[in-house]
Amino acid sequence: MAAGKSKWGDWLEERTGWRLVQELIEHKDVPRHRHSFWYYFGGMTLFLFAVQVCTGILLLLYYRPSAEAAFESVQFIMTEVQFGWLIRSVHSWSANLMIAAAFVHMFSALFLRSFRRPRELTWVSGSLLLFLSLAFGFSGYLLPWNKLAFFATKVGTDIAGVVPLIGPFLLRFLRGGDEVTGATLTRFFGFHVAILPAVTTALLSIHLYLVQKHGMSVPPSVDPEKAPRMRFIPDFLLRDLVGWLAAIALLAGLAAIFPWELGEKADPFAPAPAGIKPEWYFVFMFQTLKYIPAKILTIDGELLGIMFFSILGLLLVITPWLSPAQRPAEKRGWLPVVGVLVIVYIAVLSAMAYLT
Amino acid sequence: MWQQLLLLMVLNPAQAQAAPRPVESTCVRCHQDLDGSLLEPVKLRTQDIHFQKGLSCHNCHGGDPAIGIETGGPEDSMNPRKGFTGRPSRRQIAALCAICHSQIETMRKFNPQARVDQYAEYLTSVHGKKNQAGDPNVATCSDCHGAHGVRAVKDANSPVYAPNVAATCGRCHADAKLMSSYRIPTNQAEQYGKSVHGEALMKNRDLAAPTCNSCHGNHGAAPPGVDSVANVCGQCHAMQWDMFGKSAHKKAFEEQKLPACATCHQNHLIERTSDAMIGNEEPALCPACHEQGSAGYLAARLMKSRIAGLEARLAAAGQILQRAARAGMEVSNPIYKLSEGRDRLIHARVEVHMFNPAAMQKTLSEGESIAADSEQSGQKALADLAYRRAGLAVSAVILLCMIGLLLLKIRRLRA
Repeated sequence: MAAGKSKWGDWLEERTGWRLVQELIEHKDVPRHRHSFWYYFGGMTLFLFAVQVCTGILLLLYYRPSAEAAFESVQFIMTEVQFGWLIRSVHSWSANLMIAAAFVHMFSALFLRSFRRPRELTWVSGSLLLFLSLAFGFSGYLLPWNKLAFFATKVGTDIAGVVPLIGPFLLRFLRGGDEVTGATLTRFFGFHVAILPAVTTALLSIHLYLVQKHGMSVPPSVDPEKAPRMRFIPDFLLRDLVGWLAAIALLAGLAAIFPWELGEKADPFAPAPAGIKPEWYFVFMFQTLKYIPAKILTIDGELLGIMFFSILGLLLVITPWLSPAQRPAEKRGWLPVVGVLVIVYIAVLSAMAYLT
Repeated sequence: MWQQLLLLMVLNPAQAQAAPRPVESTCVRCHQDLDGSLLEPVKLRTQDIHFQKGLSCHNCHGGDPAIGIETGGPEDSMNPRKGFTGRPSRRQIAALCAICHSQIETMRKFNPQARVDQYAEYLTSVHGKKNQAGDPNVATCSDCHGAHGVRAVKDANSPVYAPNVAATCGRCHADAKLMSSYRIPTNQAEQYGKSVHGEALMKNRDLAAPTCNSCHGNHGAAPPGVDSVANVCGQCHAMQWDMFGKSAHKKAFEEQKLPACATCHQNHLIERTSDAMIGNEEPALCPACHEQGSAGYLAARLMKSRIAGLEARLAAAGQILQRAARAGMEVSNPIYKLSEGRDRLIHARVEVHMFNPAAMQKTLSEGESIAADSEQSGQKALADLAYRRAGLAVSAVILLCMIGLLLLKIRRLRA
């Protein structure tokens, strides 16, 4: 802290008031209990997001967002650019790991009831960030302009077109026309590198501010008065670092042993390849839509499916107000049961999609 | 021609098109109660292209189908004075068909693109000449197309639909008894069925593949002479035909009166070509004419070895690229490039028809260069893969060390 009290520190303090942050860091502590492990997934998601930002910026140096050049530019990145293969593979693998970490973070917050008063808005901002991650995944999947991505986007945007009232508008808005074309690619590129990052940055700032303001929650099963605490820096951050280094090692291993495939260039006139599947985090919804009958009591089955998932998404956002704010620790309530059922549903439907 | 004129006197095709088919035909009413060949025209009429276009019995046989049984007997509707000609003789059939099929004014009413030269061609064919000379065994229109129940050529059930043609010709040409007086072989249909063309057309239903009439003509059917064999094959195999025409073989074959393509490839039993056909070792064909040590013998050996060498190099490059691709390396560009090398190999095989190793040099060199580049790309991809794995191992060790140090630090902080 000598530096903080130095002449330079005083100079900076006078102009920015930065010692407030320093004080905050010095005094910030977090609870320590048997569920602490799950709290590292928030930091892990944030770290993987940072990896996405860094590798994404590097990919932008060579990527060209047009139907004529996108595939070739990614091919160039993977074959000609020094370590381009590593950056592209890490970006793709990290995207998947980030969404997986976000899901784990969300479910752990649900089971540990971290959304209780006064952290409702932390939950809301977090759940919206999860949806943004999915939107990142959906828009980024098309960018290499390969066959599988082309047809998966076609199917995905077709589904959006079924939404009542705004469906046709939504479809044209997403595609930039009636069909998936170069206009869709340019549009998705815009979403992926400008709109979504801007919204995510704003929402992430709010989320992190709220986490900072309220501190980490303590699960109802743990007495907050009796739970020991540890300093955020260095104790918690060092543990975070262990996880992040392990994540880097995992990403490097995946990129070197299982480089992310590029596939064949998209051809709008070619027949759709057999067994098109979206990314794994959309598969359970895709599979559900396959099982819903075409018509249920004169209502379009696909429409019902979309409404079901829309309502589920809405319920996820307003979860803090669905569950009683205070509940004795020994009474678990219905929320964990619903959480487990949702996990089982996602796992079973995804397994069915990959096994059939 | 006089037969056609005679028939024209009693059968007016223009009138036949104009006159609507009677709703109730006496021909049908009587013949549907008869048996055997007299019932057949009634049974087959609905599938007949002529019937479908509005024609009926009297348009070919004359007579008046409108005279009903109530208003007169069969003898009235089949009265020669009403133009009834009855069953045409085998010599008359082609002329009868030609009344309509050689008249563009008539045919364009049904199909503006219809040919009208079949009868003229038929008269120049072996079948037509013998038919006109009174030979009752040679084919005429109805033998191939059917007399009643004539289907359109594009109809898959028609005997003249391309995949059915060999069987239709074979009905006579595979009949040893029938062919004995003509002293021609009877194994053509069988051989064609085993050939690369027969397999493509009849087994794989590839309608681009040739059948009997593609080489012999259909209405003007005649065996191609020795001089014109290359012209026949060259209709489809244009490059080979062109190269053969410029080769030394053309003159040599002409001098020895050998048919151009068929000398090496046969005529009906044309097998799938392979590199084994050239060179000096069994089953190569070259030693049949070229003595050991001769210039032709040495040229054949050189062509064979160069082609085999290019094929081996392309295969080796392909294997290396596949290994890299299986390991997840992005090698789609070199794989595509390799396909261009395979194109060169195919082109070199075509260039064999120049029978000159020097003429193949450019194509072979291009192919070898592509094979070398592809192999190099594959080796580079495999080297990159090894580099990545080594890099991964090094970075994993570094990361594990860092994790270990962090854990130590955490432990010390706890203490």
